[in-house]
Amino acid sequence: MRLEPRAHVPFWLNITAPLGAVVLAFAFCALLILWAGAPIIPAYTALVKGAFGSTFALTETLTRAAPLIFTGLAAAVAFRAKLWNIGGEGQLYAGALAATYFGTGLVTLPPYLMIPLLFLVGAVAGGLLLLVPVILKLKLRVDEVVTTLLLNFVVLLFANYLLFGPWKDPLAMGWPQAAPIIDEGVLSPLVPRMRLHQGFIWAIAFAVFAWAFIRFTKWGFQIRAVGYNPEAAAFAGMPIGATVLRTALLSGGLAGMAGVCELAGLKGYLTLDISPGFGYTGIAVAMLAGLHPLGVIASAIFIAAIYNGADAMSRAMSISNYLADVLTATALLLVLASVLFVRFRPRLR
Amino acid sequence: MELLDIFITLGFWGALVRMATPLIFGTLGELICERAGVLNLGIEGIMTMGAMVAWMWVYQGGDLWTAVLVAAACGALFGLLHAVFSVYLGLSQHVTGIGITLLAASLSYFVFRMLLPDVTTPPKIEPFKPFAIPGLSEIPYIGEVLFTQSPLTYLAFILVPIVGYGLYRTPLGLAVRMVGENPMAVEAQGIDVHRLRTCAVMLGSAFMAVGGAFLTISVFDAFYIGMINGRGWICIALVIFASWRPGKALAGALLFAAFEALQIRVQQASSAVIPYQFFLMMPYILSILAMIVMSRRAAYPKALLVPFRKGER
Amino acid sequence: MPEVKDTAPQGAGAQPVLRLSGITKRFGGLTANDAISLDLKSGEILALLGENGAGKTTLMSILFGHYVADEGHIEAFGKRLSAGSPKAAIAAGIGMVHQHFTLGENLTVLDNIVLGTEPLLAPRRNTAKARRRIAELAEHFGLSVDPKRLVRDLSVGERQRVEILKALYRGARVLILDEPTAVLAPQEVETLFTTLKTMVAEGLSIIFISHKLNEVMAVADRVAVLRLGKLVGDFPIAETSKEALAEAMVGHAIEMPERKPQPLGPVVLQLAGVTLRNEQGKALLDELHLLLCGREILGIAGVSGNGQGALAALISGLALPDEGAFEILGQPVKETSPLAMQEHGVGRIPEDRHATGVIGDLSVEENLILEAAGSPRFCNLGFLKGGVIRRNAREKIERFDIRGADPTTTTRALSGGNMQKVILARVLSEQPKVILANQPTRGLDVGAAAKVQELLFEARAEGAGILLISEDLEELLQVSDRIAVLYQGRLSTPVAVEEADLKTLGLLMSGHGEFQRQKGAHGHAA
Repeated sequence: MRLEPRAHVPFWLNITAPLGAVVLAFAFCALLILWAGAPIIPAYTALVKGAFGSTFALTETLTRAAPLIFTGLAAAVAFRAKLWNIGGEGQLYAGALAATYFGTGLVTLPPYLMIPLLFLVGAVAGGLLLLVPVILKLKLRVDEVVTTLLLNFVVLLFANYLLFGPWKDPLAMGWPQAAPIIDEGVLSPLVPRMRLHQGFIWAIAFAVFAWAFIRFTKWGFQIRAVGYNPEAAAFAGMPIGATVLRTALLSGGLAGMAGVCELAGLKGYLTLDISPGFGYTGIAVAMLAGLHPLGVIASAIFIAAIYNGADAMSRAMSISNYLADVLTATALLLVLASVLFVRFRPRLR
Repeated sequence: MELLDIFITLGFWGALVRMATPLIFGTLGELICERAGVLNLGIEGIMTMGAMVAWMWVYQGGDLWTAVLVAAACGALFGLLHAVFSVYLGLSQHVTGIGITLLAASLSYFVFRMLLPDVTTPPKIEPFKPFAIPGLSEIPYIGEVLFTQSPLTYLAFILVPIVGYGLYRTPLGLAVRMVGENPMAVEAQGIDVHRLRTCAVMLGSAFMAVGGAFLTISVFDAFYIGMINGRGWICIALVIFASWRPGKALAGALLFAAFEALQIRVQQASSAVIPYQFFLMMPYILSILAMIVMSRRAAYPKALLVPFRKGER
Repeated sequence: MPEVKDTAPQGAGAQPVLRLSGITKRFGGLTANDAISLDLKSGEILALLGENGAGKTTLMSILFGHYVADEGHIEAFGKRLSAGSPKAAIAAGIGMVHQHFTLGENLTVLDNIVLGTEPLLAPRRNTAKARRRIAELAEHFGLSVDPKRLVRDLSVGERQRVEILKALYRGARVLILDEPTAVLAPQEVETLFTTLKTMVAEGLSIIFISHKLNEVMAVADRVAVLRLGKLVGDFPIAETSKEALAEAMVGHAIEMPERKPQPLGPVVLQLAGVTLRNEQGKALLDELHLLLCGREILGIAGVSGNGQGALAALISGLALPDEGAFEILGQPVKETSPLAMQEHGVGRIPEDRHATGVIGDLSVEENLILEAAGSPRFCNLGFLKGGVIRRNAREKIERFDIRGADPTTTTRALSGGNMQKVILARVLSEQPKVILANQPTRGLDVGAAAKVQELLFEARAEGAGILLISEDLEELLQVSDRIAVLYQGRLSTPVAVEEADLKTLGLLMSGHGEFQRQKGAHGHAA
């Protein structure tokens, strides 16, 4: 079998290829469910019901999708420029830390200014954090994959220090958590009595923004060009360094906003478990979306559904909810392989 | 406690050797993969898998050494999966590696939870006992430290010269080094590039898994969620620090373990002044610093990250 | 003679050492090899002659097992060769020296030669024995090279010797050399030919792939000509002539565009005493003087690696001179940046289309604005003007005859010639005053090359000065107004093409002749 490049990628293929991969991932996890001794169809039914079966389930899924949209966008934007930012988790916490610093009484503004301010400082913190490995990459050619990964641990330990030390809320009865975000900074609920909050709207807005940025602006064009072929982009006169730095600020900023979204929308105060690995899951979200910012919305909702559904399934059938992680990782790998068939046409001989 | 006192305590040196062991396994494993031209970011997950599988094997009544073999086999299996994607299909080694890590780690946790559903504190097993090498262990002072260790620690130290010999003194090692430099040269000699790279990745991944197993069936006696805690990523930094040479990899692993052993002791002595979290950050920050220091001299294998497709030139 | 197995029956009229029967290979719709049958006799040098894209390399790749033929089979020394296996080819006594060397740079010469000759799973390498055998072979065939050195420290000629030693070390009785002279200086070519003649005197047989008529006439005993995948001639060298071969090679004469003399324009590019050093301080360009006028094509000849890369980097805006003056249209160039060069009115056609010329994953319309994306024509307040970009692409595709493309086609799917047309469309539509054309026709078939040359002539007619860097003397003689030779970073005094002859140019290319040293020797008669 040979692979030859396609002159045009048909639109349906862009949709069906990842869908096919997802179906295969479900098939693989069906084997695990069998191994666990549960019946497959009721298990998956429980999963779907847990994700979409009621207003509560649906709003919970969208609530979980909001931070995943942000981290998914962060990965998508960076990967477009072949900037391997695996530090979404650290940037998320950096964003949450910055929002906690500004949002717990340091500044008090009316909500229509306070909320944008929190998103802004979160984005700046996330962006600056990614700037460190990116400058090391540009100046010293230090591989950013390893440095961004390692920085995740550093940031988490730093948050750990703050929450057990200077930022520990004395009113929290010994729990390691910071003081709550002031009321002006809290993202208000969208549906009465549900946890779904404004952060979801912000996430959608930024997905549209990221899409328009990549698609219609000069800087977005440069990000794509540099990602595909930095040598040719440099020869054509594009500023490689500046493009990569811009990408880093955007990507880190989006991941930082994920932290703000969770902090100001869901928890209300900073804890050490504010993210169950949203930064890492964002990579799967981005790949599943084919690095397309609008696709990220759909794939984030899908993956959030898997996680929420798996929680419900594990309550109903005693199957560990780690199945959601397995399903996501399998889908990531299979989607990666399916991309090959989108870009190339397999030919026998 | 004075800093000097730390260096003369036997406990420090014993801890150093112990902490170096998983790093040696992991670094050697990653080094073999990268020498063949394949970055293996699956290391973190593969170490997790090795740790879980070995522990579970012993917990289910298996023998310790068989547990090591089973862990190695599992590692090799995930190495094969990595190779199918990154070598045969030529997909991004970065994304494949992250995918393998996510898959191997989550599968480990899933299997662990399914087999032990109802426990909050995991049960314990009987781990490897330190083995005193007759004669050598009786050398005063250093004997107790260096020659009364877990058998897996001896294995790690013996593997360093073996890997060195293999890479530099055997035809297969020559082929592995060449396939990381210029796969065309290997193909032109009638050697299958894909198969060679796959074998290297499988072997390297087996090493990583044994490194993980060391943690659960030698140092500790239980398996915890998140117990690899970035050790795999540190190994990747160590490979760069070691310029892809086994001897230097050993030196790097020992240096790192020394810092870690030192920080634990300094931490105990000075926790009032410096919060312990900053000590815990040290290995990660040191890894980044090590990469910065070596960045100018880093001579990457020429074909690292470059997929090879037959008939494409 | 060292232990080279002598299994082939000797003498004229004996059974051929190699017999290709009806080899056919198709890639998609393209038939790269069409039922080719060919014999190689013992002790002869067979030249395989053909244009780029005629199917020479494909045929040899099939012979060596890199590709599997769709039809036909190969016999070596009377035995059927199993298809698709380099191992079988090596075992049958076939050795191949690829055009792009297959060496590991960070490994020693010894490592490179020995690779794959010992059983892979042997517990130990026998380096002492290998070293002895390499020394024997090297001495016997006059291929001296130190086995302990790293390949990255070797010159191109030495690397080629390592490649030949690799084949001999495996007991090759048939040696295939793919365009071996492309990378060599003329005197190195002489040495290579001597080595080849020694080898055939020892009973080896050689297939020599080339598109250069002179070399074929000089070294081959017999010549087989390929054209568009078909074998169109098979002559003993004594019974043919350069003219006959040229006709067989090109077939129906493709009309190459003709150079028409033009009045010179004003000076557009001036280099005076320009020196450019690499990181180690070695001078890549050494006190270079160069004047380029509007409406002229200045051809830069020379063996690759003599400073062409540095000269191109300078004019592409990737480097600045360490010493000397560098002016474009009378303005001194002060900044290292491709953008600044574009503003100076320089159009740049890079050497490697795929690596630097286009971005294969972007569409044709996007590649057409790669350099001008920021200009107000295509961009307003940071936003790209989609409609304008689409219209621009339609117009360029039409005007430059870019085939198989619409604006949204992925550029990677285009053929080499059409990809080059995308680059030319992008560069020429900016109306550059200076054009750097670095190997613009390399690897293109004759038709596409003719189109490229025609476009360069058009730009020249509109007043541009063109600096044409090429390794192909025949092309330079056909296209250039003046020719100069670059040798070790120095430039010979340019001569008008009418006064240039191959012999003098050849001597200059190997460093014999007058090179500029003192300032002021710009070489313009004016």
